[in-house]
Amino acid sequence: MAVAGEELPSVDSDHDLPGRERSLPATPLPVTAVSSTPALRLSGISKRFGPLRANDAISFELKRGEVIALLGENGAGKTTLMNILFGHYVADEGTVEAFGKPLPPGDPRAALDAGIGMVHQHFTLADNMTVQENIALGTQSLWRMRLNRAAARRRIEQLSADFGLTVDPAATVATLSVGERQRVEILKALYREARILILDEPTAVLTPAETDALFRTLKLLVAKGLSIIFISHKLHEVMAVSDRVLVLRSGQLVGERDTASTDRKELAALMVGQEVKSAKVSPMKRGAPLLALERVSTAPYNGSGLDEVSLTLTAGEITGLAGVAGNGQAVLAALIAGIRRQVRGNISIAGQDVADWSPRAALAHGVARIPEDRHAIGSIGDMSVTENVIAERYRSPRFSRMGFLNWKASRQFAEKLIADYEVKCPSPEARIRLLSGGNMQKLILGRALDPDPTVILASQPTRGLDVGAVAYVHRMLLEARDRGAAVLLISEDLEEVLALSDRIIVMSKGRLSTPSSRGERSIRELGELMAGHSGEHSDHAA
Amino acid sequence: MRLEPKPAPSLAVTLTFPLAAIATTLFLTSMLVLAAGASPLSVFYLVAKGAAGSQFALVETLTRATPLIFTGLAIAVAFRAKLWNIGAEAQLYIGGVVTVVLGTGALPLPSVILIPVIMIAAMAAGAALLLGPAVLKTRFGVDEVVTTLLLNFIVLLFVSMLLEGVLKDPMGLGWPQSQKVIAEAQLPRIIQGKRLHYGFVIAIVSAVFVWLVMKKTVLGYEMRAVGHNPEGARFVGILVNRTLMKTALLSGGLAALAGFSEVSGLKGNLTLDLSPGYGYSGIVVAMLAMLNPLGVIASAIFVAGIFVGADAMSRAAKVPSYIADVMVATSLLTMVVAILLTRYRIKWR
Repeated sequence: MAVAGEELPSVDSDHDLPGRERSLPATPLPVTAVSSTPALRLSGISKRFGPLRANDAISFELKRGEVIALLGENGAGKTTLMNILFGHYVADEGTVEAFGKPLPPGDPRAALDAGIGMVHQHFTLADNMTVQENIALGTQSLWRMRLNRAAARRRIEQLSADFGLTVDPAATVATLSVGERQRVEILKALYREARILILDEPTAVLTPAETDALFRTLKLLVAKGLSIIFISHKLHEVMAVSDRVLVLRSGQLVGERDTASTDRKELAALMVGQEVKSAKVSPMKRGAPLLALERVSTAPYNGSGLDEVSLTLTAGEITGLAGVAGNGQAVLAALIAGIRRQVRGNISIAGQDVADWSPRAALAHGVARIPEDRHAIGSIGDMSVTENVIAERYRSPRFSRMGFLNWKASRQFAEKLIADYEVKCPSPEARIRLLSGGNMQKLILGRALDPDPTVILASQPTRGLDVGAVAYVHRMLLEARDRGAAVLLISEDLEEVLALSDRIIVMSKGRLSTPSSRGERSIRELGELMAGHSGEHSDHAA
Repeated sequence: MRLEPKPAPSLAVTLTFPLAAIATTLFLTSMLVLAAGASPLSVFYLVAKGAAGSQFALVETLTRATPLIFTGLAIAVAFRAKLWNIGAEAQLYIGGVVTVVLGTGALPLPSVILIPVIMIAAMAAGAALLLGPAVLKTRFGVDEVVTTLLLNFIVLLFVSMLLEGVLKDPMGLGWPQSQKVIAEAQLPRIIQGKRLHYGFVIAIVSAVFVWLVMKKTVLGYEMRAVGHNPEGARFVGILVNRTLMKTALLSGGLAALAGFSEVSGLKGNLTLDLSPGYGYSGIVVAMLAMLNPLGVIASAIFVAGIFVGADAMSRAAKVPSYIADVMVATSLLTMVVAILLTRYRIKWR
């Protein structure tokens, strides 16, 4: 292909992207050239999903060469807003202008052409292709007989060097780390000559060190005149990276501050809308071991597999498992839930080895499971609330006899959970799909906790929930612990782990760190463990 | 254009859309009738009259509906658990084979014993036939659409072989047909001298039974859970593969009853034209009924009525009776759209 590249003149790449204004990085805009037209203007954007107002009359401007942080809790409407901006969704009301020109709604192509680039929370790369192929994908005309690889490669290398986005263009994406993949996503946007870059929760999957590198890249991009929208719910990052902060709450723009003239406390208050109360954790004495894994290994599943993991959960204790996504947490949760089997190693309950481990066995041994994905696994969306809450126990004499279900008892149970857990739902007959994430999670929590389990597996139990629901879930987990249950809290949110856990273990590349008790390790130390930098992985009991 | 789920459809909406679907069907088929050079109104009138306009017409419609109820139930049960059984035709024929094997004098028993024995044997054979594809699906992930569909051809050729060989009626003048079943193996007629037989009653009872199973039992609950979300079902401890096996047994058994009832109640013997595609029409019947077992009764009578009515109409109006196929197919399409629209609303950009 090198020959092909030489045959073609280097200006050829202009034809790949016809009619596009080429300002970057060939001729970077100097920062001083900030003109009166903003890079982006959103006016009165509203979007409803059924009864939910995801965005309510949101207006703001993004100046050229500026970093705006869009701050808000999960479910505040940040991602919806960006999806409207990028044309994935169509707003019910309102308009978007890029560089003074209105953007047609619902057309990602137009957004790309206007110079808007988006780095999604979940990457959109083809794993089996190389970095270069991923970046160039879709930029060259289908009618061309040959790809202009040499020119593409030169451009990618140039962009990499300019912005500190080190990555090998020839590497297959599947072999890259999460941080490298994110760099590919950013390169992809830059290759398409993005002048506005939207980053949706870019640090969620990064280690602290990778986050720092990302921030350095963002500074370089801004210096070249790019405008950036940085979406996050992490206050310290917002403070570190942005010029201006917009705070979203329940779909509304509730605050706009210059970063220099605000502080974390004010932003937190704006974001949450009330005084932030963190759950009170009183120390407990460590009880008897209830569930133990002994040198357990598994095949990979949604990321890394487990590699000789030993873990003991004891009564009256919350064990927090921190780690960057994809390091084996998913398979650990699936294993304890009974939906995956180990290749090697033993699982024991209260000292007794269990040979046949399955969802039924887990339930029979008093293991409550709160799954990571409440839509795909935790609930059956098209069945009613009643049918969902009895799902783990419909075979018990309480809910069925001689093969016939006792609908009366089932309905009463559903009504009890709805009342006890303050679930907002039209009726026990409503399809559970129609409930909000928080209410669905409350029902799953109720289903799991009602039989007074001895072991509780909570996998990302607060992901995507609003503040109120998060606090509720935390309170429930703490109450269960105080009643003497052994709780395993798996979370990618380090702050959540720090707030609730009596003991913290870090998972990295399918292995566990030695446990540390509350306050023993600093965030920095935990971060290093998350990045897998430390050699202190234990082979023994955690 | 995209679809957004509607919360809870109101009663008005649930009624309006199916009615609109019927109107659309009538409108579209009347275009075709016009093209055939007849008056749509008189054609529809003749179809309705031919389907339900006289005692004879009504009896004929219900007789035709009987096998459709069985196959419709078989499909409804299987599809509810997302087991795509396209092989009801084969299971029907196997039911017919068992009926003639046991019913032509091999078992000298009185009717009250012989008929239940034949029914159970036929169901077992139909169930066994669907068990193969179900095992292949759960064990090896083989697509059951392919295996059940192909089994239809295999079974039809197998039946053809039997009818040219061991099951061939020596008194049949060389036709590929079996002997008649003995009197004890015949289902009695509901009205003397009319074609409607007790197979229709068994079909209604079966529908009620299946409805009870789906609505009230643990098995029905498991089947629905597996159909809606197999991963979720597995998570809560439902044995997904075992549930699919049970579904296959029930579905295959029901389809085989169609073959039993046609041979034992109507035809008396087994021929290669025992079913004019009842196994496939059962899919239409089940879909029109939105997989509701009681709805299957109504939709089977509706589909049968159109076929019977169209036969009568074509004799009177000189419009080919193929119009019946078009009407049934069109009503299925419009009904599917109507069902979609009661649950989702369409957003244009």
